Order: sequence, then C-alpha cells, then structure tokens
Amino acid sequence: MNTQNNTILSFKDVNVFYGIIPALHGVSFEVKKGQIVTLVGANGAGKSTTLRAISGLVKPKSGEILFKGENIVGLPAHTIVRKRLCQAPEGRGIFLNLTVEENMDLGAWAAPDKSAYKANMEHGYQLFPRLKERRTQLAGTLSGGEQQMLAMARALMGQPELLLLDEPSLGLAPQIIEKIFEIITDINKTGMTIVLVEQNALQALQIAHYGIVLETGTIKTHGLAADLLKSDEIRKAYLGD
Amino acid sequence: MAEFIQYLINGLSQGGTYALIALGYTMVFGILQLINFAHGEVYMLGAFSGLYTSKLAGPQLSAFFNKIFNGAADQMSTPAAICTAIVIIMVAMVVCALVGFCVERLAYRPLRSSPRINLLITAVGVSLFFQYSGQIIFGSDPKAYPDLFENLESWTFGSDENLLVINPLQVFVFVTAIVLMLILRHIIFHTRLGRAMRAVSFNHDLASLMGIPTDRVIAATFMLGSALAGAAGVMVGMTYPKVEPLMGSLPGLKAFCAAVLGGIGNVTGAVLGSFILGLAEALLSGYGTPTYKDALAFAILIFILLIKPSGLLGVHRTEKV
Repeated sequence: MNTQNNTILSFKDVNVFYGIIPALHGVSFEVKKGQIVTLVGANGAGKSTTLRAISGLVKPKSGEILFKGENIVGLPAHTIVRKRLCQAPEGRGIFLNLTVEENMDLGAWAAPDKSAYKANMEHGYQLFPRLKERRTQLAGTLSGGEQQMLAMARALMGQPELLLLDEPSLGLAPQIIEKIFEIITDINKTGMTIVLVEQNALQALQIAHYGIVLETGTIKTHGLAADLLKSDEIRKAYLGD
Repeated sequence: MAEFIQYLINGLSQGGTYALIALGYTMVFGILQLINFAHGEVYMLGAFSGLYTSKLAGPQLSAFFNKIFNGAADQMSTPAAICTAIVIIMVAMVVCALVGFCVERLAYRPLRSSPRINLLITAVGVSLFFQYSGQIIFGSDPKAYPDLFENLESWTFGSDENLLVINPLQVFVFVTAIVLMLILRHIIFHTRLGRAMRAVSFNHDLASLMGIPTDRVIAATFMLGSALAGAAGVMVGMTYPKVEPLMGSLPGLKAFCAAVLGGIGNVTGAVLGSFILGLAEALLSGYGTPTYKDALAFAILIFILLIKPSGLLGVHRTEKV
C-alpha cells in the first residue's frame, strides 16, 4: 500500500518559538486518513501550539507541515481553513456575542460546497439536538457542555477533511465528557480524520487509534493508542496509576 | 412649550450628527480596541468633499433634479434640493470611505501587532496630519457652504410667544441620520459582512479560524465608520454653514464622549449617548447659558467614568479562562 496517499497530515521537524522561548522542538509525526490521532501531555507540553501551527495561528520557525501533500506553513489562518482543515478551538472558542445559529453559519464561511449548507446544519443539529432547541439564543447563554457541542458542530459546518479538536473535555462534568467522546467516535466512524488534543490522556487514548505523547515541546513517545495504554511508563506518568 | 419643542428639535438634529460620528469611533473601538483620534478629521474631510462637490457640480445637479421634478431647470423645489443634497452626501461618503481605508492600510495595519499605545499615538499623529495638511490645501480661513435650501421656507406653527419655527434642513439632517443608522444596523445584524464584523470584534484569531479574512473586515469597518462621519460632515456644513480644517476636532471629541457615555464598542449605545448629548446641549443653551455648551460633553464624560465606566449600555467584559 502506498503510505504517501494514506497520509493526510505530516509534521516534518517543526520548530515553533514564542519570542525566544521554544514551544515545539523538532516535532515530526504523521496522521493517517480516517484515524483519530491524539496528542496528550501535560500543560505547556506543546499540544495547543501544535494545533495553532497547523491552523496557521503561529508560524513555525522551521520545518514543514504538509496537508494533503501541500506545505501550509506561512499561509494565513483564513486560507488554511478553506483547504478543509477545521478546528474546534480550545476553551470552547465560540462567539459568545452571536447566536447559536450565527455561530454555525460562520463555521460554513470557508466551506467549499455551499449547496450542502442546509444539510450540514441539519446534520449538526441531529448530532446535538440541544443546539437546535437553542439556535436563536446567544452562545454565551449556553452551558459549558453545550458550548463545546457548538464548537464541534460549527467546525463540521466547514466540511472538514481533517478535524482538529482542542481539549474538548476541558472543565466539563464526567457524564458530559463521556457523551462528547462518544460523539467524537461517531464522527470518526463516518470517515473523518480527527486530531484530538487532550489532557485527559486515558479517555483520549481509549478512543484514539494512535497516540503521541508530548513533553516540553518534543515528542516523548508515540505509538498505537492500545500499546500506549499498556505501557507502564505512560500509565505512571500520564494516566495516574 | 413651543420653546421647549424648538430646543428638542435642535437637540435631535445635533444628536443625529454626533451619532453618525460616534458610530465610527465605537465600531473601530469594538474591532481594534483603538480610539481612532483621526476620526474627527475624516468628518472634516467629508465636509470639504461636500463643499467642493457642491461648488463643482451643485448647480448642475439641482438643475437636473429640478427638471425631473418641476420640468423647469431654474425652478427650485424641496424634492430637488433634497435629491441634490443626497447626491452630495453620497459623494462625500465615498471619499471618506476611501480616506478611512487608506488611514487603516497605511497607518494602523503596519502596527497591528505592536503595543496599543503605539496605535494611539499614531492616531493622534494622523489627526494632526490631516488638520495641518488641510490648512495647507484648503486654506485656514472658513469657507461658506453653498446654500441648497435657500429658497425653502421654514415651517412655522403658532404665533407670537408660542411661535415654533422648524427649519426643513434640521428635519432633513435628522431623517438622513436615522436612515443611515438603520442601514448600518441592517448591515451589522443581517448581512454576512456584519456577522464577520461581530465575529472579528469578539476575537481576531477565532474569526480567522472560521476562514474570515480579518484584515479585510477591519478595513471594511473603517470604511463604514468613515462614510458615516463624512455624511455628518456634509450635513453640518450645510446647516452651519461654514467649514474649516480644524472643524473636526471638537465635534470629534464630543462624539467620542457620546460613544463612551453609551458604552464604547456598543453601536446602540453610541446612538443613545449622542442623542442624550445633543439634547442636553440644546437644553443647556436654551435654558442655561450657551457659554458652557462645549464643556458639557466633557463634564458628562468625567461623570460617567466616575459612575459607570463601562457606559450606559456597555457591559464590563471579563476575560474568561
């Protein structure tokens, strides 16, 4: 099998600095089509920076980020999302001053196929029926879990080929986290490739195919999620055993 | 009673022009957290564009509209005067939109990632640049506006001590200001551009993750705000009816006070604050002393900053983690 065709995203020796402080140092990895790849690690390990580099919010100092074979380093964020690479940003980055429906609509701003707009909106509401009930409300009035659902539904409006989820479980109650992870799995089953950044390493590795462990800006270890879950070292350091 | 209504009308008309200027301040602040101190000068440039448009094309325009409405080119009528004024206002709006675009592109955009104080100082610099190049180009002496409405009679009601005189020009200014505000409201709340503006004002990074070209949205915001200031400039020129290169600084500062009073960053607040200021000024001049009229705005500014710094309709935005 040609692995090149199967790879949707690859990092090649990426270095990111915030001022003079290194945030990512020589990070290389690949994401295969149709998989859930999770980036785990402690606070400040470089997980969010990795996503910011992919979506163009920070520019790596060196290295290549290939999406569908094309180097996207240096492209402005608003052009990268047009390549069908959509993100549900961390801290439930939604527009609190806009209604639920307006948020969804903005998610479709860069969608290549405008004719699918209605169907996508319906699909999003089907995944998260609560959002449909609240579609005329300001997003700021939603609960934390609903805001996270909105962030994900909105990212899907952009018809992504690669979906980036930044800490979807952050600050949510355990039952809601479970529900969110279930939906992530469902979305993946429709063939969507997902990069999932999580501090909640145990739950993330349970639904992921592949795991990458970051520590202070470098990749500490990586492997099949199932293998990582079995590794003593990982269990001790990240899974609280 | 008639006196009171008279002051009310003066106040509403004045408030309308403040509102048109204040909207530009508040929109730019909403999107960039920048007080664009050059905004009053954009208003001045609007007044001058209106002046030169009326001088160059005014007679032809009114002849053209008179022909349409009256069949004769030399017969002045209200609809023709209104249409002429609207065309002149539109020209000034286009000129000011271009000025706003250039200011943003040349002065502010290169400083997008520098500390906010640099932007503020630049804004003061741009303001002085326009004031003094205005004096070089237009001359520093006041210029008279051609009177479009000269043949129009004022409407009078009542008699003697209860005499109420309504100047059609004041009504025109008020109505035009309201129409422009309604158009702006429609743009902000019911168009794609408006949605993008609100998104960018919430968070630039987040908006760009949606694929919104934030730089273009910011430029559009400057253009919209500047166009409104330009319209205000023409209307003040027509009413006052004199223009000069330093005319922008005081109304600019007052409109800024009005925007703060309403809650800076809040579009409805800017309109509310402006009408409050316009009415307060008119009532103070009428019943009190006109001497302190110009100080009123700043007194209100100090007062609101002490009582409710976020303004009447402003909400104190806390950073959520």
